[in-house]
Amino acid sequence: MLHIKCPHCGMRSQNEFSYGGDATVKRPELNKEVSDKDWDNFVYNRKSLRGKHKELWQHISGCRQWIKVERDTATHEIFKTVKASEDI
Amino acid sequence: MQKYSIFNLIKNAFSGHQNWDLAWKDPTPKKEYDVVIIGGGGHGLATAYYLAKEHNITNVAIIEKGWIGGGNIGRNTTIIRSNYMHDDNALFSEFGMDLWRRMSQDLNYNVMFSPRGIINLAHSDAQMNVYARRGNSMRLNGIDAILLSREEVKEIIPMADFSDNVRFPIFGALMQPSAGTARHDAVAWGYARQADSMGVDIIQNCEVTGFDVVGGKIQGVRTSRGDIKVKKIGLCVAGSTNILVEKLNMTIPVETHLLQACVSEPVKPVLDRVVTFGAGHFYISQSDKGEMVMGGDLDGYNSYAQRGNLPTLQHVLTEGIAMMPFLSKLKMLRTWGGIMDMSMDGSPIIDKTHIEGLYLNCGWCYGGFKATPASGWTFAHTIAQDRVHKLNAGYSLSRFNTGHLLDEKGLGTKTWIS
Repeated sequence: MLHIKCPHCGMRSQNEFSYGGDATVKRPELNKEVSDKDWDNFVYNRKSLRGKHKELWQHISGCRQWIKVERDTATHEIFKTVKASEDI
Repeated sequence: MQKYSIFNLIKNAFSGHQNWDLAWKDPTPKKEYDVVIIGGGGHGLATAYYLAKEHNITNVAIIEKGWIGGGNIGRNTTIIRSNYMHDDNALFSEFGMDLWRRMSQDLNYNVMFSPRGIINLAHSDAQMNVYARRGNSMRLNGIDAILLSREEVKEIIPMADFSDNVRFPIFGALMQPSAGTARHDAVAWGYARQADSMGVDIIQNCEVTGFDVVGGKIQGVRTSRGDIKVKKIGLCVAGSTNILVEKLNMTIPVETHLLQACVSEPVKPVLDRVVTFGAGHFYISQSDKGEMVMGGDLDGYNSYAQRGNLPTLQHVLTEGIAMMPFLSKLKMLRTWGGIMDMSMDGSPIIDKTHIEGLYLNCGWCYGGFKATPASGWTFAHTIAQDRVHKLNAGYSLSRFNTGHLLDEKGLGTKTWIS
């Protein structure tokens, strides 16, 4: 079982969290011309890295806040967790 | 190649079975091939077989990092079905069902195809309506489907929970009688043996380290056992597709996730169908050895770990026990995790790419095993003819750009949303 340190609540078990995917994906800026390719990259295309992966989780059965987690996708080791508003 | 038959079995018995031919050779890679298939799993082996058999292209190499059949064809729940509603999925899968029925004869290898039928349980009136609609769609595409009432389900699987005070009562089911299971390893070995006999080089312990692309065209592939010149490459590495396309500076609508399955201790025959729970995600069948073979949801986050976590397993088995309470008495024998290509709409991709000579076969989500023959057949066609067949036209890479998604159940990477 993963143990994720919520920056608001402290160390909690994986059961309390819900996964939100790649945290590095940026939504194209509003009110600007956006190509189909940019939309594709935002909505569908993912690198799905093997190794260190920055991702979003929601502490859904806790404080309900979104957080950012840096985790190794091959070993499940968690290196760092920060608030969603912070850079990871 | 020696044919596997009762006569050869008797003949070889006299020499103590010491003189059988090897099922496939262990060649060193040549400098140049017409086609290189990357990935010696079920789909890659089937592709090579159909390239040789249907298109007479035999100067082919299969390059495998580990050993053949060691990925998801060696770690699945062996379910074969074509109970899809959308035409693209239904026609592709039903074409595959025909190949499954003939496979043991075709490959001269007993794949133990067992068309025992699959039962999808329904737990509400609304779900019965949805299943009636799906069943009608299937029948319009020539696939067998029967809507069963609660009483009819009870006759077939009396061990399911039909008591009064259950959270998810069984209202009925949709059944595809021609669906079933097969011996998964035999499928890989059968394809490998036949492909080898027609001249395909099966190269194991050979890792792809890079690609030679000049002017947007494939010129070769670099491997841990030397460079190979080739104009056509078929990428067939579900579970590692993201890693390999990164070497080509491509991003694809696929995330790599982990799916667990498990088997119980062997027990006497009790369940002669494949059954799925309709109020969650759980499926079960009994193997010929007597083990209950079970699976369910993804672990739910990107993973290449090939080993799962307990919370998901607990969740899945809770559903199983809700459906068939006797399961709680069984001991677990083995659990395992495989890594899946989860495409964004839950359907696979078999297509050409923007790089000339690079063909992509990926995104199989939970459903790769049953698709093995149809995937190999259509991928071989796509590579040999340099155009997609109408059976895999719906599995295009461009559908995410054009909006023609194939969202059969809405089961993409974010399964917890559905």
